[in-house]
Amino acid sequence: MTITFLLNGERVELEDVSPTATLLDWLREDRGLTGTKEGCNEGDCGACTVMVTDPDGAKALNACILFLPQLHGKAVRTIEGAAGPKGELHPAQQAMIDLHGSQCGFCTPGFVMSMVASHANGATDHDTQLAGNLCRCTGYAPIIRAAQATEKVAVPTWVQEDRSFILPEKLRGEAESRGVEPPANVQIPQTADELAETYARHPDATLVAGATDVGLWVTKQLRDLDPVIFLAGCDDLKTIDVTDSEIRLGAMAHMNAVRQVIEPLHPSYGEMIRRYASVQVRNAATIGGNIANGSPIGDNPPALIALDATLHLRHGDTRRSMPIEDFFVDYGKQDRAPGEFVDQITIPRQEDNLKVYKLSKRFDQDISAVLGAFNITVKNGTVTAARIAFGGMAAIPKRATHVESALIGQPWSETSINAAMTAFDQDFTPLTDMRASAEYRLETARNLLMRYFIEHSGDTASVLEVSS
Amino acid sequence: MSIAKPLPHDAAKLHVTGAARYVDDIPTSRDCLHLAFGLAPIAKGRITAMNLDAVKRSPGVVAVLTADDLPFANDVSPSIHDEPLLSDGTVHYPGQPVFLVAATSHRAARVAARKGDVTYAEEEALLTVDQALMADSRFEDGPRIYEKGDAAAAIGAAPHVIDGKFDLGGQEHFYLEGQAALAFPQEGGDVLVHSSTQHPTEIQHKVAEAIGAPMHAVRVETRRMGGGFGGKESQGNALAVSCAIIATLTGRPAKMRYDRDDDMTVTGKRHPFKISYRAGFDDDGKLLGVDFLHLVNCGWAQDLSLPVADRAMLHADNAYLIPAIRIESHRLKTNLQSFTAYRGFGGPQGVVGIERVMDHIAHDLGLDPIELRRRNYYAAPDQAGADNTTPYGQKVEDFELHEMTAQLLDSSDYAARKAEIADWNAGQDRFARGIGFSPVKFGISFTLTHLNQAGALVHVYQDGSVHLNHGGTEMGQGLFQKVAQVAASRFGIPLEKVKITATDTAKVPNTSATAASSGSDLNGMAVKAACDTIRDRMADHLAQRYQTEPAKVRFEDGNVHIGDEVISFDEAASLAYQGRISLSATGFYKTPKLEWDRINGQGRPFFYFAYGAAITEVVVDRLTGENRILRADILHDAGASLNPALDIGQVEGAYVQGAGWLTTEELVWDGKGALRTHAPSTYKIPACSDRPDVFNVALYDGQNREDTIYRSKAVGEPPFMLGISAWLAQSNAVSSFGDAFPAMDAPGTAEEVWRAIRRVRDGV
Ligand SMILES: Cc1cc2nc3c(=O)[nH]c(=O)nc-3n(C[C@H](O)[C@H](O)[C@H](O)COP(=O)(O)OP(=O)(O)OC[C@H]3O[C@@H](n4cnc5c(N)ncnc54)[C@H](O)[C@@H]3O)c2cc1C
Ligand code: FES
Ligand code: FES
Repeated sequence: MTITFLLNGERVELEDVSPTATLLDWLREDRGLTGTKEGCNEGDCGACTVMVTDPDGAKALNACILFLPQLHGKAVRTIEGAAGPKGELHPAQQAMIDLHGSQCGFCTPGFVMSMVASHANGATDHDTQLAGNLCRCTGYAPIIRAAQATEKVAVPTWVQEDRSFILPEKLRGEAESRGVEPPANVQIPQTADELAETYARHPDATLVAGATDVGLWVTKQLRDLDPVIFLAGCDDLKTIDVTDSEIRLGAMAHMNAVRQVIEPLHPSYGEMIRRYASVQVRNAATIGGNIANGSPIGDNPPALIALDATLHLRHGDTRRSMPIEDFFVDYGKQDRAPGEFVDQITIPRQEDNLKVYKLSKRFDQDISAVLGAFNITVKNGTVTAARIAFGGMAAIPKRATHVESALIGQPWSETSINAAMTAFDQDFTPLTDMRASAEYRLETARNLLMRYFIEHSGDTASVLEVSS
Repeated sequence: MSIAKPLPHDAAKLHVTGAARYVDDIPTSRDCLHLAFGLAPIAKGRITAMNLDAVKRSPGVVAVLTADDLPFANDVSPSIHDEPLLSDGTVHYPGQPVFLVAATSHRAARVAARKGDVTYAEEEALLTVDQALMADSRFEDGPRIYEKGDAAAAIGAAPHVIDGKFDLGGQEHFYLEGQAALAFPQEGGDVLVHSSTQHPTEIQHKVAEAIGAPMHAVRVETRRMGGGFGGKESQGNALAVSCAIIATLTGRPAKMRYDRDDDMTVTGKRHPFKISYRAGFDDDGKLLGVDFLHLVNCGWAQDLSLPVADRAMLHADNAYLIPAIRIESHRLKTNLQSFTAYRGFGGPQGVVGIERVMDHIAHDLGLDPIELRRRNYYAAPDQAGADNTTPYGQKVEDFELHEMTAQLLDSSDYAARKAEIADWNAGQDRFARGIGFSPVKFGISFTLTHLNQAGALVHVYQDGSVHLNHGGTEMGQGLFQKVAQVAASRFGIPLEKVKITATDTAKVPNTSATAASSGSDLNGMAVKAACDTIRDRMADHLAQRYQTEPAKVRFEDGNVHIGDEVISFDEAASLAYQGRISLSATGFYKTPKLEWDRINGQGRPFFYFAYGAAITEVVVDRLTGENRILRADILHDAGASLNPALDIGQVEGAYVQGAGWLTTEELVWDGKGALRTHAPSTYKIPACSDRPDVFNVALYDGQNREDTIYRSKAVGEPPFMLGISAWLAQSNAVSSFGDAFPAMDAPGTAEEVWRAIRRVRDGV
């Protein structure tokens, strides 16, 4: 298969790339571009950050879990391309020098590329933009000062040019017109229909969406994947629609795109997504992948269950739908047939009563120890409806049905909350692991219901809202 | 003069453009081999059978080595030869290297390394200090005890006594660049090794043993590390030795770097401690006697554990004059990673112990914790009475903390904020804010006295440019820039004329690790000596030539003033060259005044002390234990700073790293001794938003009272301990939920804070 993309403004065509060759390995080992660093090889440190521009705009992505085929038709900029053609430093680079933003310098290329991307997008929420870049030396303060100093400086022309270079249809068209057929074991369908057809024919294939899970199978479990179907080309699966009756999320909508539509409608869910992984991971991770992987600690499923979302699956031309909680059957087992894929998710439009609480050791970029999603309707002082779901508390994302029953029909009072808090024992028997003990999980899950009650009455909800 | 200027890091431009080269970035030829270890999955036992056929057949594999295949020494220990490179048949911790694979790519080596078919006879492992103590599994024959006065009697007679104990977790270094080495075979069996190490001489030494050659056959070069923090003092030995062995056996370059999960699984970390204390004090909170028990988890090999545990004892007093004290330290051997050097080298653990005692007493007496501390401080130099000595008999002659504390209380608006926080806490039961204060007095010098030496090599070329080399290594701390500033100042030339070069065992031999914060102190002095030798020779020559006296030759502003004549430094260099004057010199320095008996704990282990103080404010959530740092105010003593920008950078970074140790960074081993937090997905160092919202860092305006390089002070480790204030602040916040002392363990994760609140509030 031929992969075509732009690398620091220059066109690159690669034949016969392994479907699971990562951009990081290719840059460092084949291309001799060693400015992009490997700090963890699993998406957690940001040392490998590059900027990828596609029709949606410029994005920071982790090169260590980015497969070359995912880049087809896009523009990649690495640290070697951060400065201009004549060596003019990018304003972020200059600020990092002037304000002492590097010590050992190993994290620095990744930080600079995150800053180049966020600067190109005009973002100024630096803590969030840089949450996916770890630095062990500086304590971050000088890096943030550098990011701030860059805010008002214009985006350099060479960075802007990535956008105009990008002609995805044309690039893709060319690859096809030269008659390069991908080998049978790698497919890059360009539409949902093509995907449906291909996957039905190759039900044993591994689907790769954002590769934020699959990437680790390759880099950490050292698996070879064969055959592989990349979903990156299916633009029609990225569609997000908001109508009067529902929010419709295509399976390939990445988490930052999801955040943008969810934030105004369900701010607490939006805030949870802000804390979900990092900018780089959210730019890759898809909502479909976060559901399809069936993880008991995935952050979206509990929120979607609480919102009474519907999951739409497709196999060939056959489509079926189910309440999303029914998809999760047991640990590692979902209601999905071979050759069937997640097509989209719909969320009914509703009054916003949703609170999503994520507990983790670190606020940013950490997997949840407990994730509680509460959607409780109170009318005239009485609970009329309650949908409550948790992650991290069972083998699957799971509804707290006993807690819900204990609340429905009760007056909205501390007494009712205290009573309902005792019902958690009937819903959950969590485990102890490196993230938290079973006891902490169960007790704080209860307390999160109290937190909902407190927040409902307008009081401060989180330490994140407290200042000195 | 370039001294005292806030110049950027010398490699800043290389860093931001991605051009700075780390070991894994060094170009190699296509035939370079890549190495990986096959690791033991069990904590303790014997290998009963090993079938490596599948490993050998794995694609790309060129060689597979076990202990039996090693040509010479099978040892990578920096101390007592108890650390085989490859298991000698016994297994001591999960993650111990058992065999070595050389393959044509990094991935091929990693894939093959997982295919070993090894059978083990498992034995019962010791994982905790309590288990090890019970089994009398330890290093050294018994505990070390340092004593001053009769602590038991003093405590017995004291009007008030507290006691307690707590667990103090270890810490993963998480240098962003993992361990890495690259060896190029040379003619005649020699080898050139590039290593990401703080200790090139140690690498040279271990490589020489492993290839059966004298040290002169091995050259080790280190341009920079992507972070070290102590984790590259001894932990790089295994990789460098492996590369050198494969390179000499195969005649091909060999490179090894650990994947992050392997790095965290295989290498040592900060020592976890269990600390018990008993303290007697009077009504004013003045300490009368303190008794500490340190149970130190050293892991499976001795490595640097003895000096680490010693340093913890040497910092058990921190900033306080304690009339009677006893510190008993057990260095326990367990089946975990071999705990190793980590920024502060045991000092932080010692300091946490006494700071915990201080907060406990303050809580007991209802006294302001800062006031209590000030009452117990060592005396200022002009106030010092007869007894101003540490538990190990060193007189404290440079105590700066009275003045520093006063300044910090003022600049941080402590009193007003404390009152405001108390009001805020009283107004609700959901959150609590807390304030913590921790001072630090950190002893500077290696406690192994002979390590306090350094060498330098300086060349002046005939065009007036300068080549600088010394034994220190650059890991981000800015050492190279500081030392270059020294060289530029000695010659009175702009910094651009000084070329900083990689640390190289062929240029400066027999160096000590860049550790113990000593980098600029030692190497700065050695470089000064080398520069001054050349400068004196030039001055002699020029004086003669211009018929004046050497004392009338001055090196300033890029020029040389010879009496009334002025010529450029370049011209002076050229003249000296023509006059057949040697323009190359070595420099040497050894720290004066040291004298130390570590067995009896008596003497002067430290040349001087560095000081600092921090006030941290946090908020905690009663329902979930979630917590975060809201504000930190720091005043730190870097003497007369060689480079205030770099020094402030060290302070900011060290504070956040120290706070991370005691808050979010939790190492979790399972019941079988396997490390469950072996990747950044599960081990959480501070991220960007974890730094304090308000972060005020200043350097104390002072000078080193001892004669150090331009009267500066070491700054690498001391500010790490400022992060302790974050943990104390958590405890302070928790204490507002009830009457009991929170008695927290460390780290104060959300779960630990939640537990402490439950104890204090609900008595659970
Ligand atoms: C650093 C890091 C941090 C993370 N933090 C979080 C976090 O805070 N919260 C959280 O919930 N998760 C987190 N994750 C996990 C991960 O981001 C999510 O699970 C992600 O949503 C997976 O989506 P993806 O598109 O990357 O899926 P992929 O990795 O491409 O695929 C995941 C699985 O789903 C399958 N799949 C993908 N798309 C479909 C489809 N349309 N139909 C059927 N099957 C499909 C794949 O075959 C595979 O089995 C993190 C991951 C990383 C690397
Ligand atoms: S190397 Fe750490 S995120 Fe890619
Ligand atoms: S500068 Fe060393 S990790 Fe950031």
